[in-house]
Amino acid sequence: MLAPVTAAERPPILEMRGISKSFGAVKALSEVSFTVREGEIHALVGENGAGKSTLMKVLSGVYPHGSYEGSILFAGEERHFRNINDTEALGIIIIHQELALIPLMSIAENIFLANAPSRFGVIDRSAVHERTKALLAKVGLGEQPDTLITNLGVGKQQLVEIAKALSKDVRLLILDEPTASLNEKDSAALLELLKEFRKQGITSILISHKLNEISEVADQITVLRDGRSVGTMDCHADVISEDEIIRRMVDRDMESRYPKRTPNIGKVIFEVENWSVYHPQHTQRQVVKNLGMQVRAGEVVGISGLMGAGRTEFAMSIFGRSWGRNITGTVKMHGKPVDVSTVTKAIDAGLAYVTEDRKQLGLILSEDIRKNISLANLPGVARRAVIDDISEMKVAQEFRGRMRIRSHNVYQETGKLSGGNQQKVVLSKWLFTNPDLLILDEPTRGIDVGAKYEIYSIINELADAGKAVVVISSEMPELIGICDRILVMHEGEFVGEVAGADATQENIMRAIMRRKGREE
Amino acid sequence: MTTTETSAPARPSAAAFLKDNLREYGMLMSLVVIVIFFQVATGGILLKPLNLTNIILQNSYIVIMALGMLMIIVTGHIDLSVGSVAGFIGAVAAMMMVQYNFDFVTASIICLILGGVIGAVQGYFVAYFKIPSFIVTLAGMLVFRGFMIAVLSGRSIGPFDVTFQKLSSGFIPEFFSSEGGLYVTSLILGVALALLLVWQNIRSRARHLSHGVETEPFGFFVGKNIVVLAAVGYIAYLIASHRGMPNVLIIMAILVAAYGFFTNRTIIGRQIYAVGGNARAAELSGIKTARLVFWTFVNMGVLAALGGLVVAARLNSATPKAGAGFELDVIAACFIGGASAYGGVGKVTGAVIGAFLMGVMNNGMSILGIGIDYQQVIKGLVLLGAVCVDVYNQRR
Repeated sequence: MLAPVTAAERPPILEMRGISKSFGAVKALSEVSFTVREGEIHALVGENGAGKSTLMKVLSGVYPHGSYEGSILFAGEERHFRNINDTEALGIIIIHQELALIPLMSIAENIFLANAPSRFGVIDRSAVHERTKALLAKVGLGEQPDTLITNLGVGKQQLVEIAKALSKDVRLLILDEPTASLNEKDSAALLELLKEFRKQGITSILISHKLNEISEVADQITVLRDGRSVGTMDCHADVISEDEIIRRMVDRDMESRYPKRTPNIGKVIFEVENWSVYHPQHTQRQVVKNLGMQVRAGEVVGISGLMGAGRTEFAMSIFGRSWGRNITGTVKMHGKPVDVSTVTKAIDAGLAYVTEDRKQLGLILSEDIRKNISLANLPGVARRAVIDDISEMKVAQEFRGRMRIRSHNVYQETGKLSGGNQQKVVLSKWLFTNPDLLILDEPTRGIDVGAKYEIYSIINELADAGKAVVVISSEMPELIGICDRILVMHEGEFVGEVAGADATQENIMRAIMRRKGREE
Repeated sequence: MTTTETSAPARPSAAAFLKDNLREYGMLMSLVVIVIFFQVATGGILLKPLNLTNIILQNSYIVIMALGMLMIIVTGHIDLSVGSVAGFIGAVAAMMMVQYNFDFVTASIICLILGGVIGAVQGYFVAYFKIPSFIVTLAGMLVFRGFMIAVLSGRSIGPFDVTFQKLSSGFIPEFFSSEGGLYVTSLILGVALALLLVWQNIRSRARHLSHGVETEPFGFFVGKNIVVLAAVGYIAYLIASHRGMPNVLIIMAILVAAYGFFTNRTIIGRQIYAVGGNARAAELSGIKTARLVFWTFVNMGVLAALGGLVVAARLNSATPKAGAGFELDVIAACFIGGASAYGGVGKVTGAVIGAFLMGVMNNGMSILGIGIDYQQVIKGLVLLGAVCVDVYNQRR
């Protein structure tokens, strides 16, 4: 009898060789090589922004051949994918984190949206029904084919997505954080399903932050860091500890990417007590659970956590109840409780919130720099109710100089600025309201290294000026580089606090992972 | 990339400036071209004093309603009910004045308030109930058309009291003898208006220059003001040589100036544009978006009522047909005038120019004897063309 074939001996189904991909000056992937063997579950891990999603978009044809460097071999042949249709035809199916189902259509209609069995262009409804039933049985979903998607929970919707993938004769299934929004039971069922697929010879790539899940199902693990592959580990050859994965994920030198600052920390400016928020639609779900925090004058406090930890929701709920319902708790400024029930009141109380998504929530892209900067404090450039265009222009010019916003003049449309300059306009808008507390949500997302440095310098200046600053970020090195103190958030709670001097990515990650371990 | 501050901006040439501000002056130039075209094509009839006065009278209510519609469109909404509301208010006015002998001041005030209430109801559904404005006002269009026919019982009611008719067909009183057919008071008023505009321009330019703000090139500035002076002066002369300034022109001019100032210079005006540009960002900047949308609908209701009164006074009766299709002319005026269907963009001056562009075309084509059938076709194509040009300019 032959010894069982180990993972390393199976033939590769996919080889990505030397993949590089740039967006303007930002290099998202450099020389990444990635090999997946037939019939295995291959985990792809890395921090947010490490390049996982970009790599999968290259693979699935979202970025067509020619827009990246390097080559892709699938089933032994070099492939030039032009779009998603090309990859789907070969059985490479990607299931995104955000589900792409149409809520008011039935399960069957969603599964056979583009390729319904038909006769003379008329959909063969009984065939659709039968085939859907068979697919649902395969993924273990006991629902009727004509149930509307909107009546299913997220876990079941995920299964419908997988059934949809199976309807297309899948050979390589890519799952992008499939369990991110699932509860424990649904996650376990999904992992079982992946194991079942492995038995049937379907290869899977699993992108996940949940290391315990990965060590449970993966045959191999590839770690990406800063757009580079830092190696592939064979789970059958070695015993891979979660610590080892974390170390590979975050290990990186921290040179002078962060401007120095000597903290001069004063009295408590901002306090939150017993803050709790429920989801606006799923009203039973508590997204923020009795949080409390304090920020002092001159202090920069970071909030770390994985996507979906509730950080943005927490910040937005404080800022004028802009997110969630059933919000309870107290906010104090300078020791006195303040009313933050509307955005206007929050601004008057001295709060400012720089949104995560500057294009959708931060700027009016069709308006110029000047009008964007004055927007949150129009009375500051007006006499009675009439705007004084000269003083408005002067305010804009002052901020343009101070923030080093690169533009022809203050009359340039913000939609035409680069990401870094847009972010400086948003920051200017909030600084013009003269806040005591600034909450910055992912302040450097999608901007280049130089502009990042400038944003960090601005944050330092604000702290030096005695303001309280809260930075929410998914980039741990950034938090470690600029914060005096880092709170670690997980599932709506603070699960750890690390002083800036002691902070390492390992101990932040560990705080999150430990908590996860306890839950699961 | 350099970081040097540009303290003294280079002065662009007049031609380059015009190219950069094509959007701003493009509409005005189109209007001038169309006026010249019809002036030539009609053998000079278009700008005859009598005809010019008629164009103003015929389009006054469109301009008045376009002011309200512009703000609705800027917030990213639409109001399809204005024609029906105008008709309904005209019917209510007729009922009060003709059947119940209200004096015209009381009746007009009640009508304007009623218009505001109608706007408030529709605005409530749009702003606070979050029902798309298209649907709310489509419903309103049916409802108020129905109410109007009910009030009139399907007949026309009229005639109105002579004083009320003066709202539309009256002219400002003449303080000098109008010998030689020239109404001197009107002429003086017109010239004074032209001088006021130029003086405002000069003052604003001086203020900007003293603070080192970039302005338009001097040559362009002088040219522009000469054109303004000449055009307004000439129009005033033409009007003065017919019967003088119509009352409704005065109302219109005051409203245009007021709304122009309001949208350009006030905090609330600015906030309306912000809501249309990006409602979520505006809300997170502390702007009360729902409240603003609500009040733009109230405002629209009042202006639709005023439009209805003007129409009723002009026709000297309220008829079941009054106001039908106005909403389309009003909306078209805004879009031809450069308002964006996506919200956030549009100017009062643009809407006024758009309204007159349509008015001149209507009038010119009628004089040329083009049938109502092809008039519609041409107007439709002009609307589509104007918006295409605008979208193209945006993409440049």
